[in-house]
Amino acid sequence: MSPPLLGVEEEGQSNVSTPSVDCISQNGTGLKERNYLGLSDCSSVDSSAVSSLPEDNKSNLNLKATELRLGLPGSESPERETELCLLNSGKLDEKPLFPLLPSKDRICSSSQKGVVTGNKRGFSDTIDGFSEVKGTVYTEKNWIFHGAGSDSESPQPVVHGKYPGNSGVNVMLSTRSSGAQTSVKKDGPANVLKERPLAIGGTSLNQTGISNNNSGAPAAKAQVVGWPPIRSFRTKTLATSSKNNDEVDGKPGPAALFIKVSMDGAPYLRKVDLRTYSTYRELSSALEKMFGCFTLGQCGSHVAPGKEILSESKLKDLLHGSEYVLTYEDKDGDWMLVGDVPWEMFIETCKRLKIMKSSDAIGLAPRAMEKSKISN
Amino acid sequence: MLWVSRKTIKMNYFPDEVLEHMFFFITSHKDRNSVSLVCKSWYKIERYSRQRVFIGNCYSISPERLIARFPGLKSLTLKGKPHFADFNLVPHEWGGFVYPWIEALAKSRIGLEELRLKRMVVSDESLEFLSKSFVNFKSLVLVSCEGFTTDGLAAIAANCRFLRELDLQENEVDDQRGHWLSCFPESCTSLVTLNFACLKGEINLGALERLVVRSPNLKSLRLNHAVPLDTLQKLLMQAPQLVDLGTGSYVDDPSSEAYSKLKSVFQRCKSIRSLSGFFEVAPHCMSAIYPICRNLTFLNLSYAPGLHGNELTKLIQHCRKLQRLWILDCIGDKGLGVVASTCKELQELRVFPSDLGPGNAAMTEEGLVLLSEGCPKLNSLLYFCQQMTNAALITVAKNCPNFIRFRLCILDPVKCDPVTNQPLDEGFGAIVHFCKGLKRLSLTGLLTDQVFNYIGMYAEQLEMLSIAFAGDSDEGMLYVLNGCKKLRKLEIMKSRFGNAALLEDMGKYEAMRSLWMSSCEVTLGGCKTLAEKMPRLSVEIINESEQMEFSHDDRQKVDKMYLYRTLVGHRKDSPAFVCIL
Repeated sequence: MSPPLLGVEEEGQSNVSTPSVDCISQNGTGLKERNYLGLSDCSSVDSSAVSSLPEDNKSNLNLKATELRLGLPGSESPERETELCLLNSGKLDEKPLFPLLPSKDRICSSSQKGVVTGNKRGFSDTIDGFSEVKGTVYTEKNWIFHGAGSDSESPQPVVHGKYPGNSGVNVMLSTRSSGAQTSVKKDGPANVLKERPLAIGGTSLNQTGISNNNSGAPAAKAQVVGWPPIRSFRTKTLATSSKNNDEVDGKPGPAALFIKVSMDGAPYLRKVDLRTYSTYRELSSALEKMFGCFTLGQCGSHVAPGKEILSESKLKDLLHGSEYVLTYEDKDGDWMLVGDVPWEMFIETCKRLKIMKSSDAIGLAPRAMEKSKISN
Repeated sequence: MLWVSRKTIKMNYFPDEVLEHMFFFITSHKDRNSVSLVCKSWYKIERYSRQRVFIGNCYSISPERLIARFPGLKSLTLKGKPHFADFNLVPHEWGGFVYPWIEALAKSRIGLEELRLKRMVVSDESLEFLSKSFVNFKSLVLVSCEGFTTDGLAAIAANCRFLRELDLQENEVDDQRGHWLSCFPESCTSLVTLNFACLKGEINLGALERLVVRSPNLKSLRLNHAVPLDTLQKLLMQAPQLVDLGTGSYVDDPSSEAYSKLKSVFQRCKSIRSLSGFFEVAPHCMSAIYPICRNLTFLNLSYAPGLHGNELTKLIQHCRKLQRLWILDCIGDKGLGVVASTCKELQELRVFPSDLGPGNAAMTEEGLVLLSEGCPKLNSLLYFCQQMTNAALITVAKNCPNFIRFRLCILDPVKCDPVTNQPLDEGFGAIVHFCKGLKRLSLTGLLTDQVFNYIGMYAEQLEMLSIAFAGDSDEGMLYVLNGCKKLRKLEIMKSRFGNAALLEDMGKYEAMRSLWMSSCEVTLGGCKTLAEKMPRLSVEIINESEQMEFSHDDRQKVDKMYLYRTLVGHRKDSPAFVCIL
């Protein structure tokens, strides 16, 4: 678990996104929510809102004729509701920002009922098998929806899609709604690629052109070329410059701040340049990589974004159960738990890092809090 | 324009010189094209007076026809590979060679002065040929090109006696470690623009300094990473009149002499309006830049991963007049908030994903919303982010109805709205609905056919649309093809559009520049049908996998199809893996 102290930002801030509730007026966008699955047994209210039509002319367009309606063979799709509710009709459920009045007019999110028709997406249980990787951008990852080794020809909702390490993909469907009710009910739309054989032509992908990788990353697996859409010149240039940063031999100076990192029980010391990171979580992940067997865990999950100073009780909670904690020696020679202070302050005062067994570190917590209270 | 009296003076009775003089003021390509369609005499006058020609697809016309029609040509812009070539979807040998153009132009009597190329293959040989063939050659601009080395640049430097502009943007150049900069003769004093930021190799610093010293007209100078800070300081001393500066490696000890000289020389550079570079950066040295910041209109920090956090926001807070900002996503949502409160004149923002390692910054919808609230003049956006919500897009659309270009890239390409779990149809629908002038749109996220319905309905000015991992059925593509009357370029990857959509309105493609479809549901048979029925389209199948021969199974899905209108039939320079149907 987490040595709580890397008070890292939660990935994908959970308190996101309602900046605009106020802004969305009732003047409407003229857009209609369409129930493209055409099912009447939707019960969930998770759907994005649609504002009402201010003018009536749009409703005269016979959009129905152009709409896709799908349902199981023999079923009738429900009449489309052309009235749309106003956003401020006040029905803000806890989740959705834009509830619709008529509940049938929505994309069903409780579609575990297997509402997949032909080529429609449906909810796939494979989501659960999806491994979440916390936002590791540009590392070589194999983004597989369904376990491993999926057969792309199979009619099963399985997609074997691999991305050249640009793992925005990896963060898919995880994140914020975590914890919230939506996490299980990822509905139909979620697993888009369900039945698309990403027929990239397998082996042919491992060709010269894949320059989206970091230099040196082994291209052991077939990847989806072309995603994310970044010019190869740019990825190469940025990859090189970050490599250069690593290679800079550190005298501490404005350009680099190398400090030693030791770990209890590890046979070697490492050095890291603190200036290459800007948050505790970055540091934590980098150290994870370096020191393999130990994990700092899900540091950020209990911390609100931006607030990296944990309360005392949380610190203690998080300490329990984790095997190692990250500590540092500050300018005064004291050993503190990492994560107490804002990042900027931390890099100014940190002289050494040490990964201790948490049993050794328990005693540090209260002192650390006191100290930071004093210094605040 | 012209008043017609009761006697109805016909335009034909105006002498040609008068018309020609009038046409001189018509500079846009579109307008010129329209003018040439009015009548035969206007066509004739226009073609003799045209000096600048833009060719969006080098295979749509031949150099011979170009030369025949526009004998007065001075400036030529050519684009080669399709846009998705930027993302490694098109093999290097696909085509887009500039050599035949240079060869044909050289043989003719065209006095070429300017050549602007994008996504073309440029060999050293063609650069040398170019440099020796046109006495008055003044300007070479290469964007995202490849195939040349610094030897080619040396030829340009050595032979183009009146060179004003050498502008290299994001090209893949092999550095031969020759001293191309030294090849500019002492007599070359005409440089106005010198941009070699994309070169990866070492630079002869002495030669560079001497060149800048003897270039009093130099307005734009963009250095590569090999030029250190103290050289920058020396160069600026000699060129305080610069308008556009790209630094090299911006690293030094703040207490060094070079740095303090740099600080004072920046105070003298009152004309700098555009700033880029910072490939390596010492954050503590950024304060030297602050005096320039207040006048900056363009700031490009998209290759500066070393600049983030407080130093970055502090810098931005000095840039009150900024109109265009290119930045990495290490700025974060909060950083965009700073941009929103500082840069009220902002029109264009590009946020690129950075490569800083694990767990880096995520842009989310919050940053974009903050930006839209603070910068209503925003009209061009490229935004890489981790997630987006419909609510945010709707807000942004309402706050910034002036969008001309809107490109959103959610790194997880099929991610739905994380709050509501819905597709992003409504959000993008709002964008096309409110932004009535939208010309370019790129979509990502979980999207159904519905979004294409909206696009077809509302995006009346749309000229270019990029789609990936979207849509459920042919309906989606049909909405777009039927609805967007001004569509010129459509590029689609990994979406479920197939033959029905492709073949529904084949004539449409002659009104467009090109269509790209990769990893869709289109089959070989469908493509063949299209190619048969539309002889003025060139339908290319790009097939790179070694095991697949060009099978004759029409039911086989096509991996990559690129089609474009052309007046000159199938190209002759296609490699083996391209089959033109």
